[in-house]
Amino acid sequence: MYKLTVDNLHKNYGSHEVLKGVSLNAKPGDVISLIGASGSGKSTFLRCINFLETPNEGAMSLDNQPIRMVHDRHGMHVADAAELQRLRTRLAMVFQHFNLWSHMTVLDNITLAPRRVLGVSKKEAEQRARLYLDKVGLPSRVADQYPAFLSGGQQQRVAIARALSMEPDIMLFDEPTSALDPELVGEVLKVIQGLAEEGRTMIMVTHEMGFARKVSSQVLFLHQGRVEEQGTPEAVLGNPQSERLQQFLSGSLK
Amino acid sequence: MIELLQEYWQPFLYHDGRHITGLTMTLWLLSASIFFGFIMSIPLSIARVSSTAWVRWPVQFYTYLFRGTPLYIQLLICYTGIYSIAAVREQPVLDAFFRDAMNCTILAFALNTCAYTTEIFAGAIRNMHHGEVEAAKAYGLRGWKLYAYVIMPSALRRSLPYYSNEVILMLHSTTLAFTATVPDILKIARDANSATFLTFQSFGIAAAMYLAITFALVGLFRLAERRWLAFLGPAH
Repeated sequence: MYKLTVDNLHKNYGSHEVLKGVSLNAKPGDVISLIGASGSGKSTFLRCINFLETPNEGAMSLDNQPIRMVHDRHGMHVADAAELQRLRTRLAMVFQHFNLWSHMTVLDNITLAPRRVLGVSKKEAEQRARLYLDKVGLPSRVADQYPAFLSGGQQQRVAIARALSMEPDIMLFDEPTSALDPELVGEVLKVIQGLAEEGRTMIMVTHEMGFARKVSSQVLFLHQGRVEEQGTPEAVLGNPQSERLQQFLSGSLK
Repeated sequence: MIELLQEYWQPFLYHDGRHITGLTMTLWLLSASIFFGFIMSIPLSIARVSSTAWVRWPVQFYTYLFRGTPLYIQLLICYTGIYSIAAVREQPVLDAFFRDAMNCTILAFALNTCAYTTEIFAGAIRNMHHGEVEAAKAYGLRGWKLYAYVIMPSALRRSLPYYSNEVILMLHSTTLAFTATVPDILKIARDANSATFLTFQSFGIAAAMYLAITFALVGLFRLAERRWLAFLGPAH
């Protein structure tokens, strides 16, 4: 019983093939880390999962329900707009650069999608917002502030609260700490670790090897658009088989 | 000077005994053209940045046309040009509309300011932070909701400084209304001048009134910016 399966996903930009058949199976409660050098396709893969990028080939299913796809000259799309919307509301994304809506207060950022997409009442959306702000360790007074007045670490935690307020099935993290100052990385990782321990299903692209080792149930090492190695963090990070992974790890552990 | 003021303060401010005139007329011309221009420019600016060529091109042509010709000529065409076409006079609705100088003036002004405003808003939409639009899509916002809740609120706020400029330029453009016999501030100043020959005083009063309106507009926009641009952050 899988929560999400992605099978043989292909993506090319013109004649350049970025993903050459990547597959992934996530059981409930899985924390899957995608690692690899820049250009290996790991972010592209994550963005294809909620169709921010258009893949060219492949199959996906959510809760064992295959997602219907159609093909055109741009690639592969979800068959209808409502189904795409449903898919996206069940996969909440946290971005490298936070991508909070800068003209809205923190509270509005967190309540917008639950209210306008899921149709949750204003009152309930605000209750959720306060609950999840508390969960990511932010004081309730930040609710009325604009994102620009917060530190990077606080903004990323607001972005996590925004994702949580959708009460998604799966959370997608795209290098959530790469844009942060080093001293702010810890506070964000702590929040993500807390979510992992709650049993949330998560897929994340990360460069934090120590963190990946600590929280992941599966690690996928991508190289040039293929999964080069995968398995438990102990196996993949502790006992790398391929030369490329050994090279990558020795580089990143320096 | 005292006689001039005694004689003309009423027409300068609001009424000449028969029509609304002066300051009131100028403010009406300004607010009506700004109002219609604003309302129309929102859908047009969205069309202006459309990725579909046949949606984008007509709007691009319209803004090019109205930004590329003098407002004075646009007003002359609206006021005298269109009514000289027989087909317009034969059509009762068009005939009634274009016979009225006020309608023609506001139509020309609104079309003109709308063209500039469309470009201002379209520029702000284009400058929208790509990641914010992506996040909105990733959270399931699409179609009109994407524009109503994320793109337009952000674009309109960021347009404020440029838009305030356009409103002030439009105020000064309303002085062309006398061409179509609309009795705005400048028309009263000309009347006062030709009746009294106090040229400097007559036009001086008009200039002072435009200055006062501009002063008030700048103040209003400053308040608006304090409220709606606060999100830009402490460094702003």
